[in-house]
Amino acid sequence: MPYPIDPTSLAGKEFPVTEHVPLLVLGGGPAGLAAAIEAARCGLRVVLVDEHPVASALIGLDVPFMFGERLDPAVQNKARMTERVVAARPELEEAFEAGVDVRLGVYAWGGFVTGATSRTLPHPLLGLADEERSWLVSFDRLIVAAGARDLALAFPGWDRPGVMGARGADAAIRLYQAFAGRRLVVLGAGTLGRNVALAAQAAGLEIAGIVDVATLPLPLREGAGGRGPRDIPLYLGHAVRTTLGAMDLEGVRIAPLADLDAAFDIACDTVVCAVDLVPNVEIFDLLGCAIIWRAQQGGFVPSIDADGRTLVPGIYAAGDCTGVTDAAIADPGLAAAAGRRVARAAARDAGIKAEALPPAPPIPDRASDRDAIRRQWLASHVDATRADLMICRCEEVGVRDLLGVRPPRYLPYNGEKFAARDLRTLAADGPVNQDQVKRLTRAGMGACQGRRCREQVQLLLAMQGNQTTGSISLPSYRAPLRPLPLNVLSAHDETKQMRDNWVVWFGIPGQWLPQWEPLPDDADMVYESRVLRDFET
Amino acid sequence: MSAGTPVVVIGGGATGLSTAWWLRREGVPVTVIEKGIVGWEASGRNGGGATHPSSPLFREEQRLWPMMDELLGYPTEHQPKRIRIAVTPVQLVHAEHTAELAERQGFPVERLDPKALHELVPWVGDDVAGGLLLHYGGHANPQRTAQAYAWAIQDLGGTILQHTTVTGIRVQAGRAVAVETDQGTIGCDAVVVAAGPHTARIAAMMGIEVPVAPARAEILVTEPVPLIRHGGADGNGLYGRQTLRGNLAYGGGPHEWIELADARTPRPVNSPVVRSLARRLTEMFPRLGHVRVIRSWAGVIENTPDGRPILDRLEDPSNVVIATMSSVGFGLSPASGHALAQLVTRGRCDFADLTWLRLGRFRGLAADWREQAGWVPWSAADNVTMVSTG
Repeated sequence: MPYPIDPTSLAGKEFPVTEHVPLLVLGGGPAGLAAAIEAARCGLRVVLVDEHPVASALIGLDVPFMFGERLDPAVQNKARMTERVVAARPELEEAFEAGVDVRLGVYAWGGFVTGATSRTLPHPLLGLADEERSWLVSFDRLIVAAGARDLALAFPGWDRPGVMGARGADAAIRLYQAFAGRRLVVLGAGTLGRNVALAAQAAGLEIAGIVDVATLPLPLREGAGGRGPRDIPLYLGHAVRTTLGAMDLEGVRIAPLADLDAAFDIACDTVVCAVDLVPNVEIFDLLGCAIIWRAQQGGFVPSIDADGRTLVPGIYAAGDCTGVTDAAIADPGLAAAAGRRVARAAARDAGIKAEALPPAPPIPDRASDRDAIRRQWLASHVDATRADLMICRCEEVGVRDLLGVRPPRYLPYNGEKFAARDLRTLAADGPVNQDQVKRLTRAGMGACQGRRCREQVQLLLAMQGNQTTGSISLPSYRAPLRPLPLNVLSAHDETKQMRDNWVVWFGIPGQWLPQWEPLPDDADMVYESRVLRDFET
Repeated sequence: MSAGTPVVVIGGGATGLSTAWWLRREGVPVTVIEKGIVGWEASGRNGGGATHPSSPLFREEQRLWPMMDELLGYPTEHQPKRIRIAVTPVQLVHAEHTAELAERQGFPVERLDPKALHELVPWVGDDVAGGLLLHYGGHANPQRTAQAYAWAIQDLGGTILQHTTVTGIRVQAGRAVAVETDQGTIGCDAVVVAAGPHTARIAAMMGIEVPVAPARAEILVTEPVPLIRHGGADGNGLYGRQTLRGNLAYGGGPHEWIELADARTPRPVNSPVVRSLARRLTEMFPRLGHVRVIRSWAGVIENTPDGRPILDRLEDPSNVVIATMSSVGFGLSPASGHALAQLVTRGRCDFADLTWLRLGRFRGLAADWREQAGWVPWSAADNVTMVSTG
């Protein structure tokens, strides 16, 4: 006799899938576009999704980059922004011609694969959404080219409008052509800072100065050479003391680290934090791909082979999301080459004859330099701040709250009990875990889901415990990877089977009938009539 | 530190921590062994509900929660009262049935017409059927509560060993005498097994069969919205609450039966069920359609064959207590810990009738009880193979 299935479980239930795609490419930057074009030329049917142009509401939340409220109202016009994105990325035209099905303004918010706790899933799914609705697609292969995001590093005033990130500034200036500032101070004298300054100058903007806490010589800052691009004033060995302006940002006050009292002001309307970038690994975490710490590549990266295969069959990675190096910042051609190489590998895995492309050049190992620079930035600004420095902006968690493992401000703070509890006592109970610290302090629990604080929190936890940065494990990512309105995420296409069998919790009669009495013989019927079937279809 | 051979509590979830805390309050030496971090699994991932009128521990649950912040010395974010929302007339009938059980025990229920409901929960739609205001029950923050238990145990001189995995239990002359772990052996005066879905594996080390089936369930959370008076408002196939921070955290819907390969709990992933959670939340709170979902998560819980807890002091070994709350553990934890501590120290619970929660009720259970109930992992791939091979 066959065994039954539990009707209230996921067994036998189907999720509505809008379409099946042989090769899905996630990300329309240099790596994703090159991968999509190459795969299409190899004969694969390719769909490419890219979230740009993102909704202005997300821009306001600093998603996916730190936009710092420095984009003009033109971003509210999605059609116009789409035209600009197409104009800014000439490879899109090439992709159209190669037969790639390009979807712009589409968010990838979820990734679902079969695993130890998800065996009912018949095939891998990606959750997509636009401004109106969400849907699911299935795929044979997925190339993730999710790029990198801004590394936020706190300084006094970094949480005010007008302070943005390098990727945010680049998107504002080049992708959306909607930058609302005129005069910029760039933080970070490395390749990233130089690139931002040059792009801004090319767009006719004024650069009031480049500031870095580090002094030369800096391996990552070679080429700065004591002078910035085209005689921009370069302030090395300086920290930001405060930002100026009551309402609008009017400047920054900086001081030499050697003499913090010798502060002086630089007028500007925008500050671009361009110290470093972080690979986007969020979708890899959802898909169960192994993720490893590689300081020289900018942080956590997916574990991949030479052809970009992750450890999950059918899922590949290319470009900045596999590690963002100085070389890659300077030359987008490297990401494009990676995209082509991974596309060839995906094509071969699909049974198409495609010659392998040469492997990527080796990455110079500068792990300690890169990590040291980040630490120096953070330590300098914690030191240079007389008041507490805000770390988690969504949840208003300062450095002192974080290191003191203090509860959030809406709770009464019992000084005596809590004073005896801090990061050190927590560490005495076991290795410090960033997700645990998050649960207690709420740092990283807000609407931006740690985009602006998770690296800083990781660094602060490591520095406080005299640990290596990589010894603090990756705080988990969860769907939705973009904050989606309830009515967008909503399963408008839910199956009848899902609706008919929906129960609030397991649907076991004995749980809801008096447990101080034996279970009645008609428990199932009683339960069926009284609790189950909240949804009549 | 307390002197003497400790009671060893296996499992640093809400049930185990509360038991250890109650034991420490009575001066009993106690050591909690936790394979990971306290409250890390289901105890820190649930909806935070504290309203369980079907449990014999209900009255104690209701008595204790309002005092827990003070007793523990750390905030739990406990908030009293619940609101049951019925979007449709059918749901109103179901809500009435569940409230009846509490009313019979003397806990007052107030009927809310749509207007009165709207005043308390301004997010509901104009066509809502009605609701109930329960003048009992409540909700708390599971993560903060689990840590509060742990810190309170330490404040009272108890020991918590995190990142320690139990590898064996030494039984001599009908008594558990030592618990073996990957960090060394700990002599014990008694053992409480409160290891959630791992309870069966731990009990099997003593040759005791505890029938539980593990499953994964999921939940989502939105960005904060302005606080309403009673945040414990749920319905429409969802359990959940508005947190004190203002976020809406709601779960429900289909679970997935899983298998535990070893002492580790596999990472519980989310499924597209999160979209169905969002749908039900939008149906219940149509005025909040624009509110953003910022995260979802999942947890692993275990169920006994009848869905009821096992809270039992065994006859052999005579100093072993088995504790599983059958997937409803967090809210009842102040009371379950109290009961379990009494089982350890007195052999019986003096405030609740646990007769029907003994392990012995499963004597003679069929070996394939999970298969018979359909409580086993199911895979689409296997199913397709079955069909194709006829």
